[in-house]
Amino acid sequence: MADEVTIEELEKEPKEPLFSKKNKKLLSDPLNDDNPITVQVLGICSALAITVQVKQAVVMSVSVLFVMIFANLIISLLRNYIPTRVRIIVQLVVVAALVILVDQILKAFVYDVSKQLSVFVGLIITNCIIMGRLEAFALANKPWPSLLDGVGNAAGYGLILIVVAFFRELLGSGKIYGYNVIPDVIYDLGYENNGLMILSPMALIAVGVYIWIQRSWNTKLIEE
Amino acid sequence: MDVNSNKYTFIFSAAMVVIVASVLAFAAESLKPFQKENVKNEKMQNILASCGIEVERDAVKPVYEKYIVEELMLDIKGNLIEKSEVAPFDVDVLREFKTGGQRNFPIFVCQLDNGEKIYVLPMIGKGLWGPIWGYAAVGSDFSTLVGATFDHKGETPGLGAEIRESFFQEPFKGKQIFGEDGDFMSVKVVKGGVDPSDLHGVDAISGGTITSNGVSEMLERTFKAYEPFLKSKMNS
Repeated sequence: MADEVTIEELEKEPKEPLFSKKNKKLLSDPLNDDNPITVQVLGICSALAITVQVKQAVVMSVSVLFVMIFANLIISLLRNYIPTRVRIIVQLVVVAALVILVDQILKAFVYDVSKQLSVFVGLIITNCIIMGRLEAFALANKPWPSLLDGVGNAAGYGLILIVVAFFRELLGSGKIYGYNVIPDVIYDLGYENNGLMILSPMALIAVGVYIWIQRSWNTKLIEE
Repeated sequence: MDVNSNKYTFIFSAAMVVIVASVLAFAAESLKPFQKENVKNEKMQNILASCGIEVERDAVKPVYEKYIVEELMLDIKGNLIEKSEVAPFDVDVLREFKTGGQRNFPIFVCQLDNGEKIYVLPMIGKGLWGPIWGYAAVGSDFSTLVGATFDHKGETPGLGAEIRESFFQEPFKGKQIFGEDGDFMSVKVVKGGVDPSDLHGVDAISGGTITSNGVSEMLERTFKAYEPFLKSKMNS
């Protein structure tokens, strides 16, 4: 049903509102039906590494959002000029250059943020979601939809990161965003933080539980 | 134009490399002074923090100049270097440590408002994933730690990374480098908890064994290097 609308709209071109149904779908799909982590199973490596604390998950999500928007935009603007045989290299160069540029600027003007980010810079460059979106979307679409696609996917990625980090930090360290939330009384009664939650395997299990819940609720995702 | 011809591909790639390289080089060069300033201020901030003086990074410079009255440097044998080519503050202990071992050992002398002198010793060592470093502040008896700060490059968040937190650093206050009869004891990070009255041990971080061991090793090696200086001061 939705696909038919899209084709009609395509035929009706060129005037299309900025937030047409199709464009809104670009933003909302990655949050649920086409989530890069839980449905496409991309970017798992960074999801495991940095979901120990909510704060880091937030910093990482914002950085990915930024890089994704600009990378998608640049690749989309260049899409008709990029030679097919070296396109992956071009994508990589754009992403890497952006990340380094951002890191340099942060280091000069927002030193504290850059300190938190330091470990993740490499992870952003190698994030398969960014490369995946450039290859699958930005190379074939106009700048505006590409930008929305970037925002949507980065948001979908950030959503999982923050949800997983929330539970890992809560159960693993008894904190949320670095603040203690579990009252001392409960510790006195014999409650202990679950150290296992801090280790990477639990992130995998937490993502698995998320996928389980998502699929039991979103029947579209269930394969025959 | 055929964007897939060999010629175009070559030209495109060459142009891309030149453009990206110049943009990055330009950005790195023009931002360098700001970045250096930040790193320098942070170093001052850390040195002051180990003496118990907390100050905002932007306002650190005048405070540093007020409290740090002297900067000294020892060579590898523990002798005071009278005239050095590099200022003690500018010695990059991390770089020395990475390239064949530390050769210069700076000391920052901090004079508190009550006239007490504190000797701040920079430390550098290995954690699980990368370097760890910090500052140990030794009081005027040349044995008791007034404070210690630690930092790291990329230790595991929630585990080894906790060495940056105050709950780990606080217990270092009052610990002693030398035993009662003047033996070298260092301060160790002990797994499984220590008696708070133990003058040479603090509690390790559970789950962060390798980082904790790295801190122990770093403390011992640093204090060993400064031992001649501390001993000679103690006896004079």
